Amino acid sequence: MATPADLAIEAEGLVKSFGETRAVDGVDLIVPRGSVYGVLGPNGAGKTTTIRMLATLTRPDAGHARVLGHDIVQEADAVRAAVSLTGQLASVDEDLTGRENLILLGRLLGLKRPAAKERAAELLEAFGLSAAASKLVKHYSGGMRRRLDIAASIVVTPELMFLDEPTTGLDPRSRNQVWDIIRVLVAEGTTILLCTQYLEEADQLAEGIAVIDNGKVIAEGTPGQLKASVGSSLLHVRLLDPAQRPEAERLLARALAPCGPAAREALAPVTLEADPTALSAPCSDADRGAAALAGLAGAGVGIADFSLGQPSLDEVFLALTGRPAHDVPAEEAGAIDEEQRA
Amino acid sequence: MTAKMTSPGAPLAMADETAVRQAISSSPRPTPAGSLSAALAFGWRGMLKVKHVPEQLLDVTITPVMFVLMFTYLFGGAIEGSTAKYLDYILPGILVMSVLFTTVYSGVALNTDQTKGVVDRFRSLPIPRSAPLLGSLLGDSVRYLLSGTVIILLGVILGFRPGAGVVGAAAALALVVVFAFGLSWVFTTLGLLLRSPNAVMNAGFMGIFPLTFLSNVFVDPTTLPGPLEAFVKVNPISLLATASRGLMEGDVDGAKIAIVLSVAAALTIVFAPITTRLYRKG
Repeated sequence: MATPADLAIEAEGLVKSFGETRAVDGVDLIVPRGSVYGVLGPNGAGKTTTIRMLATLTRPDAGHARVLGHDIVQEADAVRAAVSLTGQLASVDEDLTGRENLILLGRLLGLKRPAAKERAAELLEAFGLSAAASKLVKHYSGGMRRRLDIAASIVVTPELMFLDEPTTGLDPRSRNQVWDIIRVLVAEGTTILLCTQYLEEADQLAEGIAVIDNGKVIAEGTPGQLKASVGSSLLHVRLLDPAQRPEAERLLARALAPCGPAAREALAPVTLEADPTALSAPCSDADRGAAALAGLAGAGVGIADFSLGQPSLDEVFLALTGRPAHDVPAEEAGAIDEEQRA
Repeated sequence: MTAKMTSPGAPLAMADETAVRQAISSSPRPTPAGSLSAALAFGWRGMLKVKHVPEQLLDVTITPVMFVLMFTYLFGGAIEGSTAKYLDYILPGILVMSVLFTTVYSGVALNTDQTKGVVDRFRSLPIPRSAPLLGSLLGDSVRYLLSGTVIILLGVILGFRPGAGVVGAAAALALVVVFAFGLSWVFTTLGLLLRSPNAVMNAGFMGIFPLTFLSNVFVDPTTLPGPLEAFVKVNPISLLATASRGLMEGDVDGAKIAIVLSVAAALTIVFAPITTRLYRKG
């Protein structure tokens, strides 16, 4: 059992409304120190507002929370001294160069000018930004901006770091770089609260996940538990000839049927997708998937392409709420729009 | 687009894991900056923006230069009988006007800043809440100083010779900048209350424009109709213009300077806390 001293975050019943909208509607969170904790949800679910309350940027309307043992309202200064924030909009100054951004933060955090310069150079080098150090940040690519953003968050390495959708809008290569940096941070002892829309991201990085929807935590657990609660992965198959789809449907339904005596007559629920050559079926076991594919090939059904995929956030939501993840046009969606317009 | 890839030719630098590890573990543990050093750091930020985009100084210098030239040579003869005499009268006035117009941009800049993610980072730092505001106004004061210096130099080129010399001109400039610092808190409050930079600009000029013209900046108020003259005489901008003229000419009216400084202090006392509270709320 975790004692309060082991907890990075303990939040109870956090509520925040904007006008009529209850953006956060009673969120409870328990985040142990030294781990990555994922907060997973669609746009407008209340993730950003929750982070902003925990980082002392927004006062909760109700509920309370302690971050690293400090109350977020009564002891906001102590919280600020121990956390850093990487917001959804990159939290760096676009009108300054990368180096100037880091020097500014170093000085604000109390470094003398030479020490701030030295620290900036060290971070730029480590994050592969030395060559762009003298360029204005507004000319940076999305990936460079994110790396600078994270570098800015560790000018003084925090005990707890809030990362709000750190890879949204990044290409896969930049995304992997950000993931690598996050792993190193955790290995060095920083606790990370990671907000994301991607189950894959939470799965890759987080030890615990809270799924949040309409301002409430609707499920909690390890990535494995969550995926198990969602059910199996999906086998996606694309055929060479759309005319063979009915046959493929019949073969897959039988080959991937639930096993066990009770399920003798059962067939797997095969989904025919919008693409006339594509179909998919739940498949919890890679061996059975392989056998099913072999069955198709054996029956002369030509396969163009197949994949065994993890459930997406949409599928998690479908399983947890009975409806797909929806985009609420709340302030978080607004923030994304802004970013895309920028 | 944030999703844009690294441009061709840019270094395909990968974050180096060992170096990142090293950078994290070698993190310094300083005591966060106090009010003064934090404000100075933010002032430095303001200066850097001017350095990167020097064009932003153009609008605050070219307009007053145009005013000096137009008013002196267009109206000078008609108003004072000679352009040289009118220049003596109007130059301290235009100094006041141009610097006060610049204060509106402090509110515009603050409003623009609020739409950017970097403000969240500033607000999440363990520094005094007023430091970003104080710092950017300190930075802006340097801009006020620049814009005022341009006006005085232009005046000297056109033949303006302040009676109290360089010291008088510098004292007048200092007084104007101090007053502008106080007034700019009004516009930073507006900057945090209104929705867009344009709204701040419009509201700001809607206030400052009539106040400046309904003062003794351009004309001697004794020629005005009674009620207007009464207003012009108590308008703080008139007092500031009169005090600046006095300092430049060497016939200083201590009472007027005291009133000007009191108005600046009053504006700061009222509007600085309002701005800080609004900024804290976000």
